Amino acid sequence: MAETIKLEVTRYAPERHQAPTSQSFEVPYRKDWVVLDALNYIKDNLDGSLSYRWSCRMGICGSCGMMVNGEPKLTCATFLSKYAPGPVRVEPLRYFPVVRDLIIEMTDFMAKLRSVKPWIIREEEKPLSEGEYLQTPEQLDTYKQFSMCINCMLCYAACPVYGLDPLFSGPAAIALAQRYNLDSRDQGAEERMGILSQHAGIWGCTFVGECTRVCPKHVDPAGAIQQYKLTAAKEWFKSLLMPWGAK
Amino acid sequence: MDISSHDVLIIGGGGAGLRAAIAVAEVNPRLNVAVISKVYPMRSHTVSAEGGAAAVIKTGDTLDDHAYDTISGGDWLCDQDAVEAFVQEAPEELLRLEHWGCPWSRDPDGHIAVRAFGGMKKERTWFAADKTGFHMLHTLFQTTLKYTAIARYDEWFVTKLLVDDNRVQGVVAIEIMSGKIQAITAKAVILCTGGCGRVFPFTTNANIKNGDGMALAYRAGAPLKDMEFVQYHPTGLPFTGILITEAARAEGGYMLNKDGYRYLQDYNLGTPQPKPVLRSMELGPRDRLCQAFVKEMEKGRTIKGPYGDVVHLDVRHLGEKLINTKLPFVRELCLKYQNIDPVKELIPVRPVVHYMMGGVSTNIHGATPLAGLYAAGEVACVSINGANRLGSNSLPELLVFGARAGRAAAEFASTQKESNGIILSQALDETKRVEAQFLEKTGGRERIATLREEMQKAMENGAGIYRTHSSLAEAAAKLRELQERFPSITLDDRSRTFNTELTAAVELGFMLDVGEAIVQSALHRTESRGAHQRTDYPKRDDEKFLAHTLIYRNADGSTHGDYLPVTITRWPPGERVYGQPAQAAQAKGG
Ligand SMILES: Cc1cc2nc3c(=O)[nH]c(=O)nc-3n(C[C@H](O)[C@H](O)[C@H](O)COP(=O)(O)OP(=O)(O)OC[C@H]3O[C@@H](n4cnc5c(N)ncnc54)[C@H](O)[C@@H]3O)c2cc1C
Ligand code: SF4
Ligand code: FES
Repeated sequence: MAETIKLEVTRYAPERHQAPTSQSFEVPYRKDWVVLDALNYIKDNLDGSLSYRWSCRMGICGSCGMMVNGEPKLTCATFLSKYAPGPVRVEPLRYFPVVRDLIIEMTDFMAKLRSVKPWIIREEEKPLSEGEYLQTPEQLDTYKQFSMCINCMLCYAACPVYGLDPLFSGPAAIALAQRYNLDSRDQGAEERMGILSQHAGIWGCTFVGECTRVCPKHVDPAGAIQQYKLTAAKEWFKSLLMPWGAK
Repeated sequence: MDISSHDVLIIGGGGAGLRAAIAVAEVNPRLNVAVISKVYPMRSHTVSAEGGAAAVIKTGDTLDDHAYDTISGGDWLCDQDAVEAFVQEAPEELLRLEHWGCPWSRDPDGHIAVRAFGGMKKERTWFAADKTGFHMLHTLFQTTLKYTAIARYDEWFVTKLLVDDNRVQGVVAIEIMSGKIQAITAKAVILCTGGCGRVFPFTTNANIKNGDGMALAYRAGAPLKDMEFVQYHPTGLPFTGILITEAARAEGGYMLNKDGYRYLQDYNLGTPQPKPVLRSMELGPRDRLCQAFVKEMEKGRTIKGPYGDVVHLDVRHLGEKLINTKLPFVRELCLKYQNIDPVKELIPVRPVVHYMMGGVSTNIHGATPLAGLYAAGEVACVSINGANRLGSNSLPELLVFGARAGRAAAEFASTQKESNGIILSQALDETKRVEAQFLEKTGGRERIATLREEMQKAMENGAGIYRTHSSLAEAAAKLRELQERFPSITLDDRSRTFNTELTAAVELGFMLDVGEAIVQSALHRTESRGAHQRTDYPKRDDEKFLAHTLIYRNADGSTHGDYLPVTITRWPPGERVYGQPAQAAQAKGG
């Protein structure tokens, strides 16, 4: 008999359930299967009503984040073998409202991304006919890491501050702001600083660094938050030294 | 029924769709433009492109060189006026992306860096490390956030185009989150829905690439063009279809059969050397490598794996150090997604479906023959890819023709009146159809997954790397049978909330139509050209087939076809040669 492994999957349909419950499924156990393959096996063969998001199965589209045995994971990059002999608990990403089964509501996250103005801001645009803005590999390196974010939201599911205060911009949005702030082509850092320091959330971050630990793309959002706070503190300190009455 | 209206509605939030949206907003900021996408835009499959985007920027390279590489690579089936427009506009489009913040890789002096790519004679491929598509898509998406004029319908799924008075006037779509089905009317609609790799069992394409836009247009009466041209890539991981880049072979990887023998030497691809030689053995063209795989399989010299036959890609002799510095992403993909370490293990690979050259027929402005309907990106066939796309031409195509379609649609929309009320009754009919056929259906016992697997197998067996009349006829019969069984599928899921089984069912319907278009087009092209190889007609036939296939769907579900001459401007058809003869020919011709 082929080997199998047990999955315990969160089920929830607002029309039918008061609250999420868990359902067990027995699926084949294979060395080359990731958790997402097991979910697909369930959907194709056992229960077509199981709902979850996925697309690329190569860790780049950012759709398939879920809690696996209590840890935020990309399910397409997490082998079943890591949890053998099982069972494997699969739940929706923590701290987000659940819509259905393993699907969470992410409109708030999308609004947060937009709020940091993640585009190049310049006083003057150079015409295309003048070619590219020069940027040396070293200049590229200063923001490169922060540009690798796939918006998978694992860092939010790991962030205790976001868990307590949903208004907090959160790790990925701050890293994204920093991605543009550090880009030699951009001049919008001040504008973005205003937006982020408006809310107290950023000061609540105690650098537990959980976001950086769970990030599958080595973005280091905790590093971005730290840089941000430092700059903000400097600005605040400068404003203290301003003569009264000046603008 | 709820209804909303826009001037221009773009279906698809990948590279083509987002570029089109910005083009509309810039041409006429007063226009009301919206992007509708079944996944959040940054999840679109453009995100997975690794290699790069071609455009002439360096001295020593010329637009004519880029055009010639594209046309000869496409086995002379490209429309040369479209190729000329493409190579001309590609550099400014990639530059524009640079101005929007795309983190292109750079030379030490800060200028854009370029790399070599298969089939391109000069180095002209821009790249953003090995995540080019990812960076392009995120840059485009973040830039669209700046334009308040661009509305978005994220996670909405289009099921039908609304056509009245011979003009496309909008769509019917499901809001996936709530299950609400409604009409969205528009004066012009642009299809940017990407490719259809999922029609086949093994593909580098994501789960969302089901040919939706091709089927939508086809059902609305627009013709599909050159659907028989499906590109395979020789080295995909079995089961997942994850792409192992050409670089693994360029660095010196070997292709081995079950006896550990470098089998490519048996297929006119040169003699094995310890070090890689350009255009020979493992570095031969993609299509020839895929064809050699099939021949090996026929000889029983491939390896039987749990997911069908494979050969081995061996990079072990390159050593851990070289693999880590030159092929880090290959190692990462194998380790993280297939549980194999290429430093110590052989990589099982097989040819996988990668790209669709054919698509919704458009002119060089992205307009289809159906008024009000435009198309751009992989869903469209302009055609710059002809019978075989060159790697790194597709990403710039998204930008050049996304922008062109956006401008043309904006212009058209500015001259149109609001849509008429008749289409609302059509929309109501469509809502009823979706409900009756899927959500409220009683009886029936076919499973989506079963039909999908049978379809994929039929496509691979019948319309794969090599085709014959009988293999295609068999696939056609099988697809007909599946079409007949389709109405008996039954859903486990009757919920309205985020019902992904419902969308999968509609996608299966789309794929069956697209599969039939591929098979029928292949059946009628009795020649071999580029990616379309007929063992019963092994020669290219310019007399009869220097022409695009057009396939139409009749109201009763049957099809009819037609041919459209290829536009030749400056490059008369020639031989497509590789290996030693190619170098000799080049030396002679200069
Ligand atoms: C692994 C891989 C590597 C590649 N590497 C390269 C490379 O290096 N260079 C290169 O030039 N090309 C490459 N390509 C090809 C290229 O990436 C694609 O052709 C291109 O990205 C397609 O972009 P698109 O905008 O047409 O479609 P996509 O990016 O696929 O977007 C399609 C959009 O349509 C939406 N959509 C589809 N159907 C519906 C519906 N029914 N309702 C609502 N919305 C819908 C989707 O949500 C999505 O937003 C690669 C392809 C793959 C698979
Ligand atoms: S920072 Fe990392 S964990 Fe957070 S969303 Fe981006 S990729 Fe995911
Ligand atoms: S499915 Fe795309 S990241 Fe996992």
